[in-house]
Amino acid sequence: MKDGLRQSMAWVHTWSGLLVCWLLLLVFMGGTAAYYKHEITFWMKPELHKAADAPSRVTPTESATLAVRELQQRAPKANAWFLDLPHERNPLIYASWTNPPKKGMTREERRAAFRTQNFTLDPMTGEHTAAPRDTRGGEFLYRLHFDLYYMSAIWGRWIVGIAAMAMLVAIISGVITHKRIFKDFFTFRPKKGQRSWLDAHNATAVLALPFHLMITYTGLVTLMFMYMPAPTKALYGTEQNAMFADVFPNAERVKPAKQSAPLADIAPMLLQAERAWGVAPTRIVVSNPNDANARVALHRPSGQQLSNIEPSMTFDGASGALLSETAPMSTTLDARAAIYGLHVAHFADTLLRALFFVCGLAGTAMVATGALLWGVKERQKYAKVLAKGGRVGFGVRLVDALNIGAIAGLPIAFAAYFWANRLLPVEMASRTNAEANVFFIAWGVAALLAQIRPTRAMWRFQLTAGAVLLAGIPVLNAFTTDSHLGVTLFGGPALRAVAGFDIVVLLLGLLLGWAAWWLGRKAKKQAAAKTPAQAAQTTPLEAA
Amino acid sequence: MTTLTWRYRGGVAARAVAAIAGGYVLTAIASALIAIALPLPRADAVTLATLLSFVVYTCVILWVFATSSALRAWIGVVGASSVLGALLWIAGRAS
Repeated sequence: MKDGLRQSMAWVHTWSGLLVCWLLLLVFMGGTAAYYKHEITFWMKPELHKAADAPSRVTPTESATLAVRELQQRAPKANAWFLDLPHERNPLIYASWTNPPKKGMTREERRAAFRTQNFTLDPMTGEHTAAPRDTRGGEFLYRLHFDLYYMSAIWGRWIVGIAAMAMLVAIISGVITHKRIFKDFFTFRPKKGQRSWLDAHNATAVLALPFHLMITYTGLVTLMFMYMPAPTKALYGTEQNAMFADVFPNAERVKPAKQSAPLADIAPMLLQAERAWGVAPTRIVVSNPNDANARVALHRPSGQQLSNIEPSMTFDGASGALLSETAPMSTTLDARAAIYGLHVAHFADTLLRALFFVCGLAGTAMVATGALLWGVKERQKYAKVLAKGGRVGFGVRLVDALNIGAIAGLPIAFAAYFWANRLLPVEMASRTNAEANVFFIAWGVAALLAQIRPTRAMWRFQLTAGAVLLAGIPVLNAFTTDSHLGVTLFGGPALRAVAGFDIVVLLLGLLLGWAAWWLGRKAKKQAAAKTPAQAAQTTPLEAA
Repeated sequence: MTTLTWRYRGGVAARAVAAIAGGYVLTAIASALIAIALPLPRADAVTLATLLSFVVYTCVILWVFATSSALRAWIGVVGASSVLGALLWIAGRAS
């Protein structure tokens, strides 16, 4: 824009970042939480904790047979059955099924029906667990980070895709802007106002730069055929399904023959798969059960491989014969699967998963410090006006308010979602929607209050509220369930997820509390330096 | 406060449209052409071209803002789109 590559790239960095930063905060926070979506879901279903804690007394094969027996009774004519067997990150047996859609059912009704079509078995006894409360758990946060909410998923995905593209542009232009990117990483000048924010932004950005770049690009890749259909058009014309069949050879679907045939025993199939792999399958998908064209697909966790495509074996459901194994793919298709796999990180073990989570938090911090930096820089242009007791411009006020609403308001929304999970009546109708509504009501109130009074006091108030709500979750958990930290810390491995959740939200709450305290100290110092009237005029973070 | 001239604002708006809309069109054409040109099986060519499209789009956007004037940015985007579009059309006829 202005002269020089570095100047114009700085301009692009500023604006492509600023325009989408508040949405990116939501995406980053939701996506970061989604690394632990199973654990979050488990925490949000306290009815299951007790059953999960007991050591398993039935083998995976026995538990699968038990579940299939029950599915035969409850859903013999389903489209497909889905079975998740106990493994490292899942202590219980989850079964669900999809029915052939009835005519005139809306998408929403089908989803609602699907949510009732499931049961959970206790692997210790093979019996039903206590019915868990109706919640979408971590799945809500996971979907939120690319589907958004209150709109069709397609719209959400386009909006998030545009934001991700802006983020990619912001990252690359940000890197070009830096002449000393390596040196900047080791530079932190605390308590120097704008310099400190710039250094904090640089440190959080550069520290996890490979992650930020990876997560943004791979995020676009997850939905790339939707975002950029031109190459598909060029080679496949209108036959998009042919492309999908070529690119995802392992996702082939078989139509029912409409001819009934009893489903073969799946125990031998499980055994065969385990013998071939050396590990037991953890997921079973039976399509067209009790039909001549039934298929039983057994999946195992991808282990250390990057690809998002889980190795699988497919059996003929009627005869029990092995039909196919995950076909080896070409290098290009493997590369795509690996890039996708990097985004969802199914391969990550405990430590690596924690590292991804911390990187996600660093990404959130990068976006937040970047957004704050804009306000701090912009406010300097108003230094003279402010000194005369004037006001900052509309833009600065708006950005300040949006920053409060997103940076301090979003943690409140997340915390409120978890509080709602524990406090809403278990028997409540459409409880899952109510939990989601609480998330957005809390966020809406925070954002609105921020627009009304975007002041330092509002920053402190919202940060404190977020801190109390988050750090209070373990306490709330202790009052509303039997699986509080006093139990979970000393319980079996399955309860580690519950303990981990409590500890992480506590730490995040303390972090927000520290931020609120630090702001308060700042305010006192300034008040001491200025006359009270002036101090009241000071807008947030100006000299922070 | 420095006030921004309307000329400057117009330049920014023109570049933004050239980058976002023009850049997308150029990227779509370029990645379709890459897909056709790659000596790979169909599925691989489509996948690789689509994977590369986000890199192309990023580069186009950055170039639009880095070049010396909005007019140059537009000439570049429209010119490149026309040339590649013509090639794409010829390739479509030939196949």
